Parts: sequence; structure tokens; C-alpha cells
Amino acid sequence: MSRPGFVLEVDDRTPPLIVHEGEGFRLEKFPTGTRVVYSPESLPGLRDVDGAIRQALDNPENSEPLRALLRPGMKLTIAFDDVSLPLPPMRRPDIRQRIIEQVLTMAAEAGVDDVQIIAALALHRRMMPSELQHALGERVYRSFAPDGLLYNHDAEDPDNLAFIGTTDQGEEVEINKRAAESDLLVYVNINIVPMDGGHKSVPIGLASYRSLRHHHNSHTMVHSRSFMDHTKSAMHHSAWRMGRLLKDHVKIFTVETTLNNNVFPAPYEFLNKREWEWSVRDQASMLAARRGLAIAPSKLKRRIFQNVQAPYGITGVHAGETEAVHEKTLANVFRQQAVEVQGQSDVLIMGVPYLGPYNVNAVMNPILATCMGLGYFFNSYRGQPLVRKGGAVILYHPVPYEFSQLHHPSYVDFFEEVLAESTDPATIEERFEKQYATDPWYIHLYRTSYAYHGVHPFYMWYWAAHAMDHVGDVVWVGADRRAVQRMGFRAASTLADALEMVSGTVGRSPSITYTHNPPHLVADVR
Amino acid sequence: MMLALEMYRSLPRYIAARAVGGRIPGVLTGPAAPVRLVSREEPRPTGAGWARVKPILSGICGSDLGALFGQTSLYFSALVSMPFVPGHEVVGVLEDDCEDLPKGTRVVLDPVLACAARGVERCESCAGGHTNRCDRITVGHVSPGLQTGYCADTGGGWGGQLIAHRSQLHAVPEGLSDERAVLVEPLACAVHTARRAQVPDGGSVLVSGAGAVGLFATLAMRELTNAGRISVVAKHPRQRELAKAFGASDVLAPDEVPARVRRATQAFRLAPERGGEFLLGGVDVAIDAVGSKDSLGSVLRVTKAGGRVVLSGMPATGADLSPVWFRELDITGTYATAGREAFQTAFELAASAPLDGVVGGRYPLYRWREALDHAHSAGRLGTVKVAFDLRSSR
Repeated sequence: MSRPGFVLEVDDRTPPLIVHEGEGFRLEKFPTGTRVVYSPESLPGLRDVDGAIRQALDNPENSEPLRALLRPGMKLTIAFDDVSLPLPPMRRPDIRQRIIEQVLTMAAEAGVDDVQIIAALALHRRMMPSELQHALGERVYRSFAPDGLLYNHDAEDPDNLAFIGTTDQGEEVEINKRAAESDLLVYVNINIVPMDGGHKSVPIGLASYRSLRHHHNSHTMVHSRSFMDHTKSAMHHSAWRMGRLLKDHVKIFTVETTLNNNVFPAPYEFLNKREWEWSVRDQASMLAARRGLAIAPSKLKRRIFQNVQAPYGITGVHAGETEAVHEKTLANVFRQQAVEVQGQSDVLIMGVPYLGPYNVNAVMNPILATCMGLGYFFNSYRGQPLVRKGGAVILYHPVPYEFSQLHHPSYVDFFEEVLAESTDPATIEERFEKQYATDPWYIHLYRTSYAYHGVHPFYMWYWAAHAMDHVGDVVWVGADRRAVQRMGFRAASTLADALEMVSGTVGRSPSITYTHNPPHLVADVR
Repeated sequence: MMLALEMYRSLPRYIAARAVGGRIPGVLTGPAAPVRLVSREEPRPTGAGWARVKPILSGICGSDLGALFGQTSLYFSALVSMPFVPGHEVVGVLEDDCEDLPKGTRVVLDPVLACAARGVERCESCAGGHTNRCDRITVGHVSPGLQTGYCADTGGGWGGQLIAHRSQLHAVPEGLSDERAVLVEPLACAVHTARRAQVPDGGSVLVSGAGAVGLFATLAMRELTNAGRISVVAKHPRQRELAKAFGASDVLAPDEVPARVRRATQAFRLAPERGGEFLLGGVDVAIDAVGSKDSLGSVLRVTKAGGRVVLSGMPATGADLSPVWFRELDITGTYATAGREAFQTAFELAASAPLDGVVGGRYPLYRWREALDHAHSAGRLGTVKVAFDLRSSR
């Protein structure tokens, strides 16, 4: 029986606690009275995953069984979540492979021979062949990729986009043409946080910039409170409107999966546990990891962390009509991640780990670190933010002044050019977004190399718009000063210094909350 | 007799200058300096149309420093006569009546010693009004010398007196301060640069360098052309401020050039196996206002196919010219200035532009070592123009 999440109040007996900070972690002694939010313990995974998949496909929610939807001569498209999920990548076999193999088996049995498989990556970078093989397995990859039947969605290929229509709010819906013209579109999702899935899958994952700009902008981001609660997220409202419009044009069969919190494999299992419950072996592992990381060169550290593959358990597989499926999915996600917290605090502390959705196999650059901290982690709440309006956020991350030229070419320019002019999301959007979105060089790199789309750093900045609008002060502990200053933040060497720096905003005896994340958690703030 | 700084022929000092260059400027303004402070005969007018001029302020130009530090091509050795008194950016007072200009008139100098000054029949260039392209700069009444300040007979601005021909003189309007007037000659050069650049309406311009040449070129481009975005490459904070004040749309650090120009022009960016990155696409017009191998190489790599590269600084050798061939670039030289119209425009710019404080260092002649040191490090020290103040040198 897994124990639920809880809120620890730091007292004299509380040991130093793990705080993630990029490619490393530290043990931090928090001030007495600090509230520490722990996620629920990892739920047990399904014993028979393949059986659960079969069960979901045969007994879907609010839909005919998948077999009944398959017929000879039909056009079947399978789309799946890209390399940005899950985090860290899943130990083989990936759940997408397991599901797609069963879907393909059923399709073959039904005589369907026009099948294409598409990585639904929107404006993310293309998946590399090795990443496709990891996600879908050798068999699927070898059967489809050589013939061009397994490929990455291209949001900049006008010949392969289909305009579906406009929502009642004037939002243009344009998605992958093959998917739009298929008799059946099966979407395979991995839902690691409540923000994922639902109508965020097809209308976003297979969309073009023309379509995405309606919900990926500073206005909707500020009014998404939070992304983890789709009923109160302007971004999700837009995606939902698009999804409902799409539903009238394309038959979509959604398969959503949920994972448990078993994020760190051996020898890092101690990171999944509560510090005072570490065994001697855990303590030895922790010490070895700390000492090793302290002397390891940065390239080696990066390789060590990027090679981490999580031994996730699957907590649920649901298939069928998108909204019905998503309800079940959300229940599973919240069962694993929701923690009840009473009231807001003056200061919110978060440790930003080495990995986010957009730096798989790459350095987490300053924009992505901001997106992780002020975008995703800050927004991991329902009800109200963990920090009060005008409060302070303290983040841990080295924020290296470093970018991947392969994956993030427009980020470099965004950081150097755009943030030098303004850090205000709305101003940036108005003055620069279109230039970057239509820059032919970025488009070329997005389409032919492994680069995120030119507009992507803007979206990352918008993710943080709500936090920047809400809090009065942001301080990074252990960060590169030059990098955080460019972003309009401040850097501190220690937590004590950071608290001193924010004392002008929150006073000298602020209430403090530290979210012990990862593993993922969503705070239900009453 | 007058006090003057004199540049003289000395093989060991020339070799020292070539070897040390600008890396150890203290050596070249100290023990190995190829200039010396001397008392020498004042130059005398050589014929009709010539008059004596007493310099008030005389600027130190990048080309002067290039000669001093051994950076100038030996190509020019046939165009000068030693020993000479440098200094061609001059505002001074006429000591004699000079045709229509009475004694006591404040004047600035167009330093080119063209056919009219040399008393020879006008060459094709001079006849066409392009006196800066004169083909007779080694013959006639005065010794060889492409300009005043490189000629043994005329003296130069870094001395107590020089002689000038009426064709070289421009009366300074009432109300224009000496500090602004001494900038008229470099401003006239910038006007000429702007004309030669032939910027298309709305065209993008890159100015590499934010010393006096680059800043004035930026000012002239903004004031006299319909250029769109003007990007200026500047190293130092004061240069960045002035570039903006003079009309730059944006200011780049030298190592940002390929990335920022690519962004601004939406070009494609490529990295060869060796050497710097280059663009397919780029700016319409690039101006090299530094004259170094790196600066020229940089502007060649970021100018779009069919674009124009203007050599405004005295050029260095050694840059990779592959883009000139492959991208069919037009290379345009811009030397001194042609005719009175450019000076007239320069006077207007000198009167209206935000030039206060641009002459940031004024030295008497006897402090010439400090002056040259200051000029050599002007950018780093936040100075645009260093000048000799001859009033305090007499």
C-alpha cells in the first residue's frame, strides 16, 4: 500500500533534504517551520500491462472496440507523443511500443494495410532514429521507417497540412493532412502530468504554427491557472474547442496511459524516498553520488544523467473517446501526484532538475530552466498557487550560459537579442514572435535537422508568464549570474543569501514552502 | 622655426613597428617611435593660391596611427615624401590672404594634394571632380604626397604651421566651434562613404567598427541615405552608446556578427570545416571601418550575394576573398572625399549632430607620446577622437 503525499513541517530533527539542481543535487537544511511537500509514494504498477492494453482496446470508454473500427481498405494513422515524454525516458519496452504493436496486430488481423505512424511533435525537434527505435521498438521501426511510413510530423510542410475549420472563438484548426484524411486516427499518449493528454494531444501535437499560436501565447498562459487543471486553463479551453471541432471531422481513438512515481533507477533509488527513511545502503549511494558528481567533468555528468532510464510502472491504460478517456486518466494522475496543502506561503522554493521536456539529450539552457521552474513546477497546483500574490520564488539550478546549437539554435538568439530588449512576455510576443516564427533558417533547421522551431523559446517564456505576473521576486541559488540577470532575475550563493535578498518583498520571517519535486507532485492548495 | 612632430625614415624603427605593431604601443610611442618632436623651418608658400595656415586643432586619424605602428601597406611608400609632419584633420587660421579668403579666416582642410594644388594640368579624375582620385599626386610644385600630412613640403597639422592651396581650403561657418570643425574632414569622408555605398531604399547596412570612421559613417548613412536597419559592430560601452546616438538600429559585439546579422536578415548560416561562419543571404551593404583582416573577413562573410562591401578603413591584407568571387560582391573603396559638396554636407552634420564630447582628448605637441597612446586606446578609454591642441603648443 503506497502512502499518500504529505506536508512535512521542518523542525529540529528534520535532516537536510534533497534539492535537485541541474545535473546534481544538494542536501539543504531548511529554516524551521518550512513546509515540505512530498508526492505520494509510487503506486504499484499494473502486473499485466499487455493485458491491460488489450482490455482497454477491446472495452473502450464511450466508443466501439478498436477491432470494430478497423476494416480492409481503410486509411489508419497512429500518432504518438514524442521524445518530450516521459521524463526521464522509460526503460524498454516503452509503453508506446506495447500499445502500437497491439494496434498494428489488430489492424493486420482486420486486413488494414494502409497504415502510417507519426510522431506528434508539433514544433518540437524531430525525433532521431535511435529515439524512434527506443519509443516504438525495433520491430515497428524496421517495418515502417525504411518505407517512410513512420515519420515525424512536419508543421511547416504546407503540402501536408489540412485546414479543418475555425472554432466559435475564431481559432484556426490546422493539422497533419494524413491524420486529418484518415478513416481512423489512433493517438497513443503518455500522461506524466495532468497538463498532458485530452484534447491537448491531437489539436496540438499534430498542429501547425498557424493553429498553435491561438493558445500558445502570453495572454492564454497568464490566464491558465493552472495548466495542471484543464478546467481552469485558458490554453486547455482553446485546445478543447479545437478538439471538439476536430472530432466532427476526424474519427479519433485515444489511448492514454499513466505512470507511477518510480522515476529514479538504481543506484539513484534514494531520490525516490524520504530522507529520514534512507537505509544505510541509500545513504552510501547518496554519498557516492555526491562525491562522484562533485569531481566529474560536466560532460560526464551530463552523460550520466541523460542515460538515466526510469523503471516506471504503468498505473492505467484507457482507450476510446478522448474526453471520457481523459477523465479516467486524470483520476489516475491525481491519485499518484496530488497532495493537499493548506494555504499559500510567502516564499516557494523549488529545485529544478537536469531534465525537462525539451532538453532530452541536451543541456538545459537558461530559458528551459526558467520554463521548468516558473512554468511547469510553479504551475503544479490546483486551486491557487503555493505562493501568495507578490511573494517570492527561490529556485535551485546552475542556469549555465550554455545552449545546444543542434537543438536550440533560436534559443541562443532569443536569449541574446530578445531578452536584451525586454523580458515582458507580452512585449516580446508583439515585437519578436512573428520574426522568429517565420525565419526561414529556423524553419529549415526544424524541418531537416533536429532543431526546435524558431518560435519555441517564446513559448517557453510564455509558460513562465503566469508566475512572472504572480510573484514579486525570483532568485536562483547557485546560478550563473550573467545568465539570470539577462532574464531579469537575481542569483544567490546560498539559501540564506536568497532569503535575505527577498526579505524586501516578504519580510524577514516569511512562511516558506518547498516542493520536493521530482518525483512529480500537484499541490491541491486550499 | 616652429615646433613640429616629424615622421622620418628609419629602417630599424620601421622593422620594430612592423614586428610590434599595436600589441605593445608603449614601445612605438616610446623608445622606438618613428616620429620625433623637432624645431624645423616653417613651410613657405610655393606660388599663387598658396597660403600659410596656423593649426588650432589637429586630429589623430586611424591612418596616422597605421603609419606609426607599421600597419600601413608599403604600397603607399611611393606616395609620400620623408620627413613629413603628419596631421590632415585640421582646423586652423589663415595667416595670409588666399584669393577670396582673407587672412584670419578659420578654415578646415581638404588634405588631398591634387592637380590644382600642384600646379599641373588637371588629370582626368580632377577634371571630373574626383580630386581624391588624382593621378598627379607625385609631381608638380610640391614633393610627392597623397595628402597634406604625408608631404615633406607642406607641413602638417601636427606642427606650428602648414601651407595649403586655395583648392584645399573651406571656410568654417560662424558659430561652429573648433572642436566640431576639426571633425569636418573625417565627416566629409563619411559623407563620401555614404554616397559610395549606394544603399538601396530600406536596405540593411552593417558597419564594422565604431571608432571615428565607423561612427561617422553610421551618422552619414542615417542622415543621407534611406537605409533601413543599420547594425554597428562595437567593442566598447561608449562606442555602443554613440553608435545608437548616431543612428544605429542595433549594436553588436564582434563575436555576435554572424548570428545577429543572420537573425536580422533571416539568412542561412553555414560553418565551414575551418574558418569563420558565413551567411547565405545577409546585409545589402557592409562597411569595413576598421581595416583589419578580421573585420574585412567578417563583413565579406555576412554580405548578401550581389551586395556591396565598402572599404572605409585603410584595408589590411590576408582576408579570404572567396565570398567576393562566390557571392559576386562589389568591393568599393572610399578614400578621402570628392569635391566641395561633401564638405558642405559635412559642415551641416558638424553643426547639427550630437558631437559634443566627441573630441575627448586634447594634447599640446610636447605631450605627443601620451596623445598617441591615448589615440591608440581611444575605444577602450571611451574616446572617439584625440587631437593636438596647437594653441597650447606654441
